[in-house]
Order: sequence, then C-alpha cells, then structure tokens
Amino acid sequence: MSTRLNTGGHRIDRSAPVTFSFNGKTLKGYRGDTLASALLANDQMMLGRSFKYHRPRGLVASGAEEPNALLGVGEDGRFEPNQRATTQEVFNGLVSTSQNHWPSLEFDIGEINSKLSRFFPAGFYYKTFMWPRSFWKHVFEPVIRQSAGLGKAPQDADADTYEHYYHFCDVLVIGGGIAGLAAALAAASGGAKVTLLEQGPMLGGRTLVDEDPALAAEIAGMVATLQAMENVRILTRCMGAGVYDHGYVLGYERLTDHLDAKDGPRHRLWRIRAGQVVTATGAIERPLSFAGNDVPGVMLASAVRDYLVDYGVSVGDRTVVVTNNDDAYLTAIKLVEAGLTVPAILDAREGGAGALGTLAEAKGIRVLKGHGIAKVKGRKRVTGVAVCRQTGEGAVTEEIACDAVAMSGGWSPVVHLWSHCGGKLLWDTDQAMFRPDATRPPRGSDGEAFVRVAGIANGVMDLDAVLDDAVAQGLAAAQAVGQAGTTPADLPALTARDDRPTEPVWLMPASAKRDLRAKAWLDYQNDVKVTDVQLAAQEGYESVEHAKRYTTLGMATDQGKLSNINGLAILSGALDTPIPQVGTTTFRPPYTPISMGSIAGEARGETFQPLRRTPMHAWHEANGAVFEPVGHWRRPYTYLRAGEDKHAAVEREIIQTRNALGLLDASTLGKLIVKGPDAGRFMDMMYTNMMSNLKPGKCRYGLMCSENGFLMDDGVVAKWDEDTYLCHTTTGGADRIHAHMEEWLQTEWWDWDVWVVNATEQYGQIAVVGPQARTVLEKLGATGVSNEDFPFMTFQDHVLAGIQARVYRISFSGELSYEIAVPAGQALALWQALLDAGAEFNVMPYGTEALHVMRAEKGFIMIGDETDGTVIPQDLGLNWAISKKKEDFIGKRAQLRDDMARPDRWKLVGLETLNGSTLPDGAYAVAAGTNANGQRNVEGRVTSTYHSPTLRRGIAMGLVLNGPDRMGETIQFNKVDGTTIPTKIVDPVFYDKEGTKNV
Amino acid sequence: MKRYSAFAIAREAMRDHSGWKRAWEKAQPKARYDVIIIGAGGHGLATAYYLGKNFGITNVAVLEKGWLGGGNTGRNTTIIRSNYLQDPSAAIYEKARSLYETLSQDLNYNIMFSPRGVIMLAQTEHEVRGYKRTAQANALQGVTTEFISPERVKEIVPIIRLDGPRYPVLGGLWQERGGTARHDAVAWGYARACSAMGMDIIQQCEVTGIKSENGKVVGVQTSKGDIGCSKLGIVVAGHSGVMADKAGFRLPIESVALQALVSEPIKPCMDVVVMANTVHGYMSQSDKGEMVIGGGADGYNNYTQRGSFHHIEETVRALVETFPMISRLKMLRQWGGIVDMTGDRSPIISPTPLDGCFINCGWGTGGFKAIPGSGWAMAELMARGQHGPLSAEFGLDRFRQGRFVDESVAAGVAH
Repeated sequence: MSTRLNTGGHRIDRSAPVTFSFNGKTLKGYRGDTLASALLANDQMMLGRSFKYHRPRGLVASGAEEPNALLGVGEDGRFEPNQRATTQEVFNGLVSTSQNHWPSLEFDIGEINSKLSRFFPAGFYYKTFMWPRSFWKHVFEPVIRQSAGLGKAPQDADADTYEHYYHFCDVLVIGGGIAGLAAALAAASGGAKVTLLEQGPMLGGRTLVDEDPALAAEIAGMVATLQAMENVRILTRCMGAGVYDHGYVLGYERLTDHLDAKDGPRHRLWRIRAGQVVTATGAIERPLSFAGNDVPGVMLASAVRDYLVDYGVSVGDRTVVVTNNDDAYLTAIKLVEAGLTVPAILDAREGGAGALGTLAEAKGIRVLKGHGIAKVKGRKRVTGVAVCRQTGEGAVTEEIACDAVAMSGGWSPVVHLWSHCGGKLLWDTDQAMFRPDATRPPRGSDGEAFVRVAGIANGVMDLDAVLDDAVAQGLAAAQAVGQAGTTPADLPALTARDDRPTEPVWLMPASAKRDLRAKAWLDYQNDVKVTDVQLAAQEGYESVEHAKRYTTLGMATDQGKLSNINGLAILSGALDTPIPQVGTTTFRPPYTPISMGSIAGEARGETFQPLRRTPMHAWHEANGAVFEPVGHWRRPYTYLRAGEDKHAAVEREIIQTRNALGLLDASTLGKLIVKGPDAGRFMDMMYTNMMSNLKPGKCRYGLMCSENGFLMDDGVVAKWDEDTYLCHTTTGGADRIHAHMEEWLQTEWWDWDVWVVNATEQYGQIAVVGPQARTVLEKLGATGVSNEDFPFMTFQDHVLAGIQARVYRISFSGELSYEIAVPAGQALALWQALLDAGAEFNVMPYGTEALHVMRAEKGFIMIGDETDGTVIPQDLGLNWAISKKKEDFIGKRAQLRDDMARPDRWKLVGLETLNGSTLPDGAYAVAAGTNANGQRNVEGRVTSTYHSPTLRRGIAMGLVLNGPDRMGETIQFNKVDGTTIPTKIVDPVFYDKEGTKNV
Repeated sequence: MKRYSAFAIAREAMRDHSGWKRAWEKAQPKARYDVIIIGAGGHGLATAYYLGKNFGITNVAVLEKGWLGGGNTGRNTTIIRSNYLQDPSAAIYEKARSLYETLSQDLNYNIMFSPRGVIMLAQTEHEVRGYKRTAQANALQGVTTEFISPERVKEIVPIIRLDGPRYPVLGGLWQERGGTARHDAVAWGYARACSAMGMDIIQQCEVTGIKSENGKVVGVQTSKGDIGCSKLGIVVAGHSGVMADKAGFRLPIESVALQALVSEPIKPCMDVVVMANTVHGYMSQSDKGEMVIGGGADGYNNYTQRGSFHHIEETVRALVETFPMISRLKMLRQWGGIVDMTGDRSPIISPTPLDGCFINCGWGTGGFKAIPGSGWAMAELMARGQHGPLSAEFGLDRFRQGRFVDESVAAGVAH
C-alpha cells in the first residue's frame, strides 16, 4: 500500500494538517502536499479511468506531465474538470472527484471496452459506423461522445476573476531549478533586468530530491542572493506557458488555487516582452513500454523518489525498479534507505550500472542485469511482475511479488518553449534524446537568437557541467541585450555521477510478441499501445503527424509529454527509418493547459469591451432609453414611456419630430479633422466628390469608396477653414475610416502635408430637428439664423445658452435641422437647455429607429443597409456626388471596370406593397425560372423596410434590376414560406419630395 | 481496395489485424501523367477523386511537399455549412455540404460528417437584418436555413448566455443540416479512394518549378525529378502566390495566419456549432470532447503557421462572454495555418494565363466546408477545359471585371 512515512518530506509542513475530500471521503494531508501526494498518503492509488478503454489508472508522474490523475476539483462556480492532481496543492475544504466512469471509479461499465479492445484498434472508427447513414448522428456519435470526454462540463459561471499583467525584462529565465538560478545570477550580475519564472511553489528543482541534502542550504543562498538584487524579480507558481515571436512570452501565475480563501484574482496572465529568454526547464523521465505498464502502481522512478523525498510518502511497500539507465538506481537506494523494500532492480542493460549500481548492491539490493518486465500482474493495483530477459520474446524467468513498479526509460529534455517559436531539435544518439540545436534557434527580427536553453533542458546531463552551461547561457543572454555580466561566485560544487550510458529500450522485452505489445501502453490517457502505432505504420500512416492523428498518440491533455518519444521510436522501428528522419510533431503553446478565464482576463461582462458613452448617456438611461450596441457605443434605440412598447414609442418620436421638435444625440457620429496644406488634395482623393473647392463655412455631403470602387462610408464634410476639414462619418465607421485615411497617408502619400485626428469624443453633438428647430435656437440666444442668413449646408458659430457652439445646418430627416457641436463637457448642459427651451413644443428625444425611419421616408441611404460591400454609388443614384472633373479618387479606376459599368446592375428604388404591409427584411424579388445551379432567379432585393407612421403604411427601399426605368411596375417579393408579396416600384423619396420642410 | 466494415474489423481482430493493407499506396513519380495536381490537401485530393469518378481520368498524380492533409485541411475547425448570401457561394457550398452527407459511404471511409446544426448568432440589430436577408436568399437558393428566436437558440444551446450585458443574443441563423466532420479523415478517405483508382499520391515531393512550352504547361520540376503532364492543377492554399509565381502569373491573394485552439476534453455539453460574429469567435465540441474554438485572422501577412497571441485572447474573451462556463476549462493547444484571402472573400477556381494550368485557391478562412464541392467543380473545369455552372463565377477574370462575389457582408468573421 502507499502511505505516509513518519519522517521525510521537505515540502510538507507536518504541523499544518489540511482536510480535503476525494469522492466524498474526507481525507487528511499537510500544507505543502499536492493533491497527488496527499491521496497517495491515504493509499488512494487508483484515481481515474482511461479515455477509450476505461481502464483503471493511477498516478504515473509527480509533475505537469501527469496523464492519468485528472480530477474534478471544486464545486459550483469553482468547479474545474481535468485538474492535474500533481500540480494542485491541497487546501482546507478542497473537494475532488474522479472522472470518466459510470457508475463508480471502482466499478465502471465502460471497462467493457477494454475487454473488447481487440475490436477497437487504432482508427477503427474510420472503418465502420457508416451504415445506415443516419445512425452516425443519432446512434454512433452520441454513444462515442458519451464514452469519450473526460471531466464533467462546468455548469455555472466562473466565481473567480482573472487579470493580465504587462511585464518587460532584459532576460527572462524560465525554470527555477539549479540551472535556472545559476543562469539568472549570471544574467543579472551585470545589471540586466532579470525575471525568473518557476511553475511550482519551490525553487531548487530536482537537486533537492536527488543530491546531498546539504545542498539545500547552498540553493537557499543562491535564492537569497537573487532576491536581494533590485534588478531581479522571481515569480513562483508561474509557468512559462508559451514563447511567441519578438520575445513575447506568456507567464501563467496561479494565485489562489492553493489557498483556503479565494480572495482576489485566481490567475494572472503575464504578457512578458523579453530581450532574451533562457529556458532551464529540465527534463521529463520516459516510461518503458512493457505489458501492463498502465496498471496503477507502475510509476516513473523519479516520481516514486519525489513522493518519498518531497512529501514523505511511500508509493508501495515493495517496489521493483526497472530501468535502462543509472538514475533509477537512486530511487531504489532512497527507498531502501527509508526502510522500504526493493525486491529487485531490473536493468535492461547487460552491463548494468556504474557507481550507483555498486552502491545499490552494497545496500543489499538484488540487481538483475539484462532483464526487464515481461508483464505486470494486477488490475487495479500492481501485485507483482513477471521478469524476462530483455533480449528475448518475453519468456518468464521468475515472478516477483510487489505493489509498486518504478520505471525509467531515460530522460527527455523539456524543449517545448524552445520549439514554440521555431527552434529546431537534433537527435542525440548517445543520450537517446532530442535536444535543442543551438545552430537553429528561434530568431528575432534582427536575425539573432532570442531563446537559449540551459542545463538539463539543453541535454547537458552531467551534473558538473550543468552549472557551467547555465552560467554560460545566462551570460550570453545578458551580453545579447548589451549587459555584460560575470560568472557568479559561490556556486555550489556539484560532482558528476559515474553513470554508465543510457541504452535505448523502446520495447520491453525487445522482441515482445503481439500479446505483450498489445498491452504495452504508450499514451496512457488516450489508450494508445505499441500495436496501435505499428498498425498505423502498416496502413501507411507513416508521417509522424499521420501516426499521431490516426492513433491519437500525444493528443491527450499531457500533449505527449510522456508518450511522444516512445511512440516515435516504435514508429521508427516499424518503418525501419532512423528516429531523426521520422521527426517530431509540432510543439504548440501552452506548455500545459491554461485556464480560459486567464486568457480572457478582466474583459468580462460590462468590461468585455470598452463601453463608449456619450455625454448624455446617463440622461438617456434615466429617461427610458432602450439601448442598442453600435460598435462600442450604446445608442438609444428609442425612449420608452409608461405603457408603451418599442413600436409605439418610435411612432410617437417620429410624429412629434415631424410635427414640432425632436432631439437626437448625434455625438457618436464620427468626427475626423483633416488638416494641413495638402488637406484639399487629400480630401479629393478620399471622397468621390470634389472637396477642395468647398468654401470655408460650407458643408457638402460626401461619399467614400474602397479601392474596389464600392461605397464604404458617407457623411457631411464641413470646411472649417482653408486647410481644415471636418469629416462626419457613420458611427460604426469612425475608427475604420480613420485607419483607412492613415493607411493611405502612411503608405502612399507619406510626403503629403496632412494630419488626421479622430475628434469624435471631443464634441457632443445634438441634432435639433423639426419645424420649431429655429425657434428653439433663437430662444437660446442665436441671432441671424433665418433661412437666408443661415442657409442649408452651411455652418456658423453661435453662443447658445451661454455655450460656445458650432452649428451645422444639415438634415438626415428632411426636416429643418441643426446639428450643434459643443465641447463634450458642455453637451449635457446644452441638451438640458434645449429640452427646457423646447418644452413649449413638447420636445422629446428620439432614438436610432426613428432616425432610420425618417431617413428612409426621405429616401436617404444608410451605409450598411443600402450598401453591403457590393454596391457602388452609381447603383444608388448618387452619380451627382461623383466628380467628373477630378483626375483620380480612391475607387475611380475600379469603377471603370466592365462589371461596374454593366447596364443591368440593380439600382435603388422605392417599394410599396400593394396592400400597404411592410415588406420583410432582406426579401428578394423573384423572377421566372432558375439559374444554371438550380437556384431561383431574382431581380431585386429589399435594403431597408419600415412601417412609416407619417404615411401610415409600409415603405421600403431596394435594389431592383433596371429599377429606375420600371417606375409603377409591380414585382413579386418572396417570403420565406414561399408566398409572394406584390409590390410596386416607386420613387425612393416618400416624404416631402419638394423639400418644403427644410426651409 | 479492401472494403472497410464492422465485419472486416471483426475478421481482422481474429488475426491480430495483420491483414490491413495500406490506406494509400506509396508511389514514386512516373515520367508523365495526364494530370498533375500540386497539393494533397482536401481540395487537391477531392479534385483528383472527381476527375477519376466523374470523368474517368485516372492517370493522375497528386504531389505533396509535406504529408497529405497537413496544411489547412488538418488545421481547421471542421465547420460545414452552406448558409451563404450570394448565389454562386450558396451553390458551391451547398453542393459540398450535400456531398458531405454521403461522403463516408462514397469513400468507404468514415469521415464522421455530423449534421448537428450550425447557429450564427445575431447580436446587433444590423446582424438581425443581415441574417434575415441571408435566410431570404437561402430559401430561394435551395439551402434550408431559418432565422430563429433567442428562446429557440437557448433551447438548442443550453450553455449559451443570451442576456450578456454587452451583446445580448437577438436571434440566430440556424442551418440544421450544417455541422462538422473529422478533417483528417476527409483527406485520408479521398487519398485512399484516389489510390484505389490507380492514381499516384506522392508525398515529400516539392514542386520547384513549372515547365511550359509555347505558353502551354508541359510538366513540373520537383525534388523527386521532372514529371511531365498535359494538365496541371495548383491547389496549394496559403502558398498559392508562391506557386503562381513559378507558373509566371500573379494572384490577388494575401496570405495570413488564422489560429484555432482546443480546450481539454469534457463530457458532451454542446451539440451544435455556434458562431458569434459580433464578438468574433466560434465554438463546437469535438467527438473527443474538446471545445474547438476559432476566431478572426491576423491582421498582417505571414507564412509562419503561427499567429499572435492577442488574437487568441480576443477569441477566448468572446467565447467566455458567450459561454461563461468555459472560463474554467483550460486551453490545451493553439495552432495556426496560413490562409489565402481574396479581396471579396470568395474562392478562385479558374484557368490561368498559362495554358493547361488551372488554379483552385482563395478559400480563405473557410475552405474545409467546401472541399467536396470545390473538388467537383475543379475537376469539371480541368476535364472540360471550361467552367461548369458551379465555378463559373469564381474565375480570375472577375477581379479584372469588378464582378466580385462578396461574402464579407454575410461573414464578418473567419469561419
């Protein structure tokens, strides 16, 4: 059984017990325990079920590479599925549950898949479930989906918050083991700003487990030195998650996952811009591929050692060690030193181990050289191993009873971060590992390397060389950012072990027969076995990517941290191709999964996107406004009064505005100021109209087209003075048009003397609309505003209610209308003054819907309704706004193309249903017959459609084939139910065709 | 070709699966072929398949620089839908969708087409009008879609939040027979069927040059030697511009990175595909249980198959806002592909200035859904030397004429 020992465990605080639960059982652990170590201490070895066969699964590892021990942690708004027990620290009240089983962890119906596994080899689902056709959706897929997946879906919204930090440093060191500490010391010694990230709660790494305990003090000294340096920042529980172009690195800090009280943000995502990155991420031990290597109780040798030394937990009473290298001997020695039994070390190498071998034998441990495991006994827990010669087919030489197996297939450097941004690997035949190829690093925009790798992660396995390598990388990184450093003094003296070389063992025994291979797991979570990869090769899925995708090897939540190299070696064997030629799959961020919450950061709910409010926003809110989002703005759609629905409110607003007076908050309209000696020239390129000849004080309605000639925005341009223009854009178009202008200025006309400023938010703008508009202006103090003194399409400055204002006489409703621009801070005061002055006319504000209806009644187009990226001004009868005199404007050349000049383009008309009803949004006019693709022929479509309260009937605008030539003709608009609506083509100006109102 | 079936699996299970043959044969290039297709992605393989199936042209080689299906075919978010606005688009995407319905059976390879339904959320009044228009157009195009209410959206997608403070859901465009498929399987299934017809699929074979005589294509230079052909099809997605350059013409194409990501797998919680264009993100759940997530393309040109993280942030943010429960899921993996974007966001299926050379590209962010229809139309164009109705509007000449098939209005986001 696995249990807590009376002594040992430098990471736990035995004076601080912690209570937590697993599957409803209340259990005890200590502060400093991981969920994994605490569960093991309570003899809970089996922790889950595998993905495909639902086999019993226990802990394999002690860190981020753990594929099996994924638990649901927390409850309600704090429930999280698939949490690694190995990286979750225990806290008081932690609730955990196992996953992927029914009805229980111990008894899982799904395990029948395991019995039938011979029928479910790799990719079997591509070969069946095809008949009858409808069964895939209704039968097969639902069953497969239910059986797949791992944890339960969270039900509730997240109760926690998350945040983003920006951080800049010269050298970022990732990994707080001894190599990372040394690299950081070296890099910081010359004054470079250094940041060090460590994913776990403690600095020091494996050295604290594997080396002389006396080294702990020296490591503490290194940490203390770093902490004392002002140019160094150390973050623990912060994983280097991903490396991106231009030295951009993600740090994923877990702030409260280990705490009893969940105050403050849960995770913090560090967006780090680093001059140089040094990864000192160590290595991960590889499993060995023998039959039954997935039975709970079979673990990595290093993990067995970690649980013993870090947490004072014994994985078993009798642990068989099986290895192809010397390092695992250390596990055996430490177990025996802790008073536990190691019945045997099975060393696949005929030559056995070096100095550690001698030491092990001196401690009385039996070492069988040239031996391995034929098969593990037991189902939910190891009960023994059948031993065989490594070279043979698996003939059993003896059986050894045990309750744990510690395996080691060698080590793989953690090269993920090196690889994320294009760093290449080379195969180190001597050490049987991929390691970074320093000649092919990730390069920055200057062509120089910006990522370096230090220590074991760099394939430097000899301990005495690790520190030298780390210091060299740290210094090189500092140098690369122009901060020379020096070799730090007082680094611990490490001595290399006298290890014999690792001998690759990709299959145990080497010539294992199929029945053994079919039980030798490569990917524990996804249930990929040696035979699966061999089948993929047999069926021609030879590329490592094909084999991965066909078998799902390495696609589980550990992303192949344990399985990839072993699987690759099996594929290499099956193809008879050397490992480096088979190559690896792509390493993608993140290193281990990071929460979606941390990625989203603070941007949730109301702060999801910046919310833009006009100066009158609060007034709108207090006065019944129903808002609609327009870009980042919220605009009142209408203002509801007691007992009204939206429809009634809109009608009221329109009728009152047409009859007397309405106010519109037009502050959201884009206001771009174009200024400079070349402004006129620039304006003539931007707009289809001639703008340069506009006189100061005058306004002109202008159109802007894309390079391809399509209408993209419109609005009134006012010429403030000889070299200054104010361009009104649509609300949604302001940012886009500003960027459009800047793009042309910066890429084509960079030598023109023109500046563009987006002044949208600097002004509050209020449209005063209706027959009483002038009266109200006069009431507020304006003089000389008669139709003659202040004509349409001009602007003047006035002082209104004591506020300096610029008044534009423009109209989007057909009514007499003034748009008054004042500094944003005074807009609300003006709004209030207008309301007071207009009270006698029953003034009321109107919203966007009334605006839309009134402009449609008047036949004015709306960008986004009448236009959709396929419409040119000529389609809309706006030829008058296209200058014939100008040599060029954006879109001019495009509009000369054949299709643009085609006579049968659909053109703008008004539409009236014969029965007065309102046409459906987006309806098409049908024509006889079908096209070559069998689609119904059409001859027009609705672009805007409203019920007009002014005309008391439905009105619409639309684009119709030869429309302007077909006035009075009746065409048929289709409804989605297939019936049609007879509709007459009419003039698009429905209201006040003579223009008598705007005087 | 040995047929796949439950019976075949049972039989093989009894003999340790020793009888399974290669899905596609390993081929070395012959001296010449009637047709060479450059690019063994979904579109290239489908083109070859329909050349054989519909026109009896089987002396065909498909050349692939890397591994087949390794480009955008193996990197996309597997959404299949045909609720497009413009007639030519609706026609080819609906053709593709309908071919997907029976593709497993046609290829004898389970590509797992799952017509689970696709919802495109309307979250502004403008979007409501836009999708109502699309539904109107679809009704006349023979594409079954429906504009549905927020309540219906919630019924179909219980995990959605309708009343988010910023962009409440106002309705949605629902295509019940849209869905997903297993992307790799589409490439593998086509490859197996092509191989069974005697075509050569040649991987690790990079085309380094295109040879012509008197303005007519005569073959290609490759890393495995020169190969002759009478007709050449270029179907290389993100690298179309590079290959067109070798053939001596230019394309109105920009290549940019498009990214996607998956969460860790969880038990089934969402049975449909949801696309939220206002907030820029879309999500479905794979049969493995991962939430498959995509968003907008990067804003700059790029060939690196990586993207910038801020796009991932934008996408995840949008989806956490739409589906608050995913906040506590974890991102397992992010990746990128290079998409070939045209100015009107519609594809190019076209003859080229080089006689005998045809090109199929420009699928941009949404090519997977089109694979069968694209292959069908491209095969017709290559076999006959002239457009059939499906590809007629997608020729290169449209850019010169200004005859765009603009879908950007209907699809504000990558898909």
